Amino acid sequence: MSMPETAVRELTFAQAVREALAEEMRRDPRVCIFGEDVAEAGTPFKVLSGLVEEFGTERVLDTPISEAGFTGIAVGAAMTGLRPIVDIMFGDFITLTMDQMVNQAAKVHYMSGGAWKVPMVMRTTLGATRRSAAQHSQSLHAWFCHVPGLKVVLPSTPYDAKGLLKTAIRDENPVVFFEDKMMYAKLKGPVPAEEYTIPFGVADVKREGSDITLVGTSSMVQVALGAADLLEGIGVSAEVVDPRTMWPLDEKTLIESAKKTSRVIVIDEGYERYGVTAEIAAVIAAGAFYDLDAPVKRMGAMHVPIPFAPTLEDATVPTEQSVFEVARGLCKRS
Amino acid sequence: MTIAADQSSNSNTPLELGLQMYRRMISIRRFEEQVNDLYTRALMPGLAHLYIGEEAVAVGICEALRSDDYITSTHRGHGHCLAKGASPDRMFAELLGKEAGYCKGKGGSMHIADPATGNLGANAIVAGSVGIATGAALSAKRLGNGRVAVCFFGEGALGQGVLYEVMNIAQLQKLPVIYVCENNLYTEYTHYSETTAGDIPTRAAAFGLQAETVDGQDVRAVHATATRLVERARRGDGPSFIVCNTYRYTGHHVGDINREYYRSKEEEKRWKTDRDPIKLLTDWLLEQGVVTTAQLNAIQTEVDAEMKKAVEFALAAPYPGVEEVGQDVYA
Repeated sequence: MSMPETAVRELTFAQAVREALAEEMRRDPRVCIFGEDVAEAGTPFKVLSGLVEEFGTERVLDTPISEAGFTGIAVGAAMTGLRPIVDIMFGDFITLTMDQMVNQAAKVHYMSGGAWKVPMVMRTTLGATRRSAAQHSQSLHAWFCHVPGLKVVLPSTPYDAKGLLKTAIRDENPVVFFEDKMMYAKLKGPVPAEEYTIPFGVADVKREGSDITLVGTSSMVQVALGAADLLEGIGVSAEVVDPRTMWPLDEKTLIESAKKTSRVIVIDEGYERYGVTAEIAAVIAAGAFYDLDAPVKRMGAMHVPIPFAPTLEDATVPTEQSVFEVARGLCKRS
Repeated sequence: MTIAADQSSNSNTPLELGLQMYRRMISIRRFEEQVNDLYTRALMPGLAHLYIGEEAVAVGICEALRSDDYITSTHRGHGHCLAKGASPDRMFAELLGKEAGYCKGKGGSMHIADPATGNLGANAIVAGSVGIATGAALSAKRLGNGRVAVCFFGEGALGQGVLYEVMNIAQLQKLPVIYVCENNLYTEYTHYSETTAGDIPTRAAAFGLQAETVDGQDVRAVHATATRLVERARRGDGPSFIVCNTYRYTGHHVGDINREYYRSKEEEKRWKTDRDPIKLLTDWLLEQGVVTTAQLNAIQTEVDAEMKKAVEFALAAPYPGVEEVGQDVYA
């Protein structure tokens, strides 16, 4: 790296992810990557480009199209001295790994009375609007949030992605790390060159405000920030809070923000019904009950399979405009 | 309290090895008889899946392993744990949900795990541990520690796709893993021929694994095959697959009493009379003309005493305090 160490560079989301992986692989020879087309291809999203050249095919292992198989192998490898990172190309494919993650990875530590542990990371994607239809567009992170023993991370910026992924790799537990595939190339942000990590369970206030809190996750953080700009235009000061990790969840910061603003919208790209918005809204409703001026509002994906036609797909997920409209209604501005 | 002495017993004479395997098989059978007793006296919660009749498989395989080699086990796993060197006292404690158990009472009969003996854990999902065993073999290869992993599963696991996924990867990566299919003929209450098309070892051979079939009632045959395939794995020649033909003497679980709708009493009697693994080894030991029945009886007496003491330990041990419930969710 030719830049001075303290320089803050602009990296894409994909570059930040790749840099976290490369740094951790240099730091710890036990860290390895398993997945489909992770080596020379660097994944279809090119997130891993260059890693196999530096670390070799033993540590960046191309697997058959066997998500259950290589995820299960990662569980066993994690128990016995490696620190595997599995790459599940599309979040929709986590269905194929569910027994390995839910019945094996999440349970091994507890059901062995703490005798074994599973320090592994599953990296996968979420997010619609890529015109990929119903089996390549879902945001299914809520499923893993429901399982004790797993940690679930949803970074929303290149800075957060790098710092949180390094923490995930160093964690002694199975961590599921969801990356918004639409951000890989499109979202750029400052990432310091010097070493840093971001602890789990610490929310980040992405924008301070006083009239309404917009809790956004992953892809919906940018949507919330865009809505906040629109709200500013009508004199509404919106605070944007990103929990960053779904579990552990920073309940304190969420509740404090709600108490300050008295109105809350929780926005997430997963399905709204029984989704993470429900959990976060419940936490806020219980913790800030006497300070709320309106019921906590939730916005998530429509309860439909993600459609192909752009006109239909775009209608399924919250947008800056739709969040703005809901916020305006909550704040009773016309 | 441990049943056995040295795990790396490959240098033992055939007779010493035979006696050691005899002691281990007796230990497993006595252990399981105690489990049956505890269960029917309502002292053991949950379910109990007995390994009686299949002792030669676990013992023959595990006697071919080093103490730091890995195993994964199944819901019918007490035999594997004991054969790999687990202590009966802590096993009984786990079965009774006591804090002194291998998993502090959080796992129970179907989840015994013990890092000290390389036991990655029994697994109550059929084929649930095939990935774990294969991953352990991957670690062993990458870390260059010379260990092998043995994956025990029943023939019911042949119905799970993930088995074929990991065998494919194991062969591609030449991993030191041995898949041990215990064909006890019954997938719960269904004869395996109703659920299993084609020939079993051919399935593994199709991926290029060394696939063999062995008489799972003959502990010496199991041990000889395992020794050869473990050495093969250790020298880097890749994974293998052993079908051990065996028989589950009792029901799928204690309480599966009326079994005639899926198998006859005559069939059970035939296996117990003609194909009992302990009897077959006893006959061989006596034929050698060096061991006497009295010596074998003495081993039985010792094992009986050990099991009695282990059960007493477990019965007297305290249950975990309720404050334990939230511990060990995360490392």
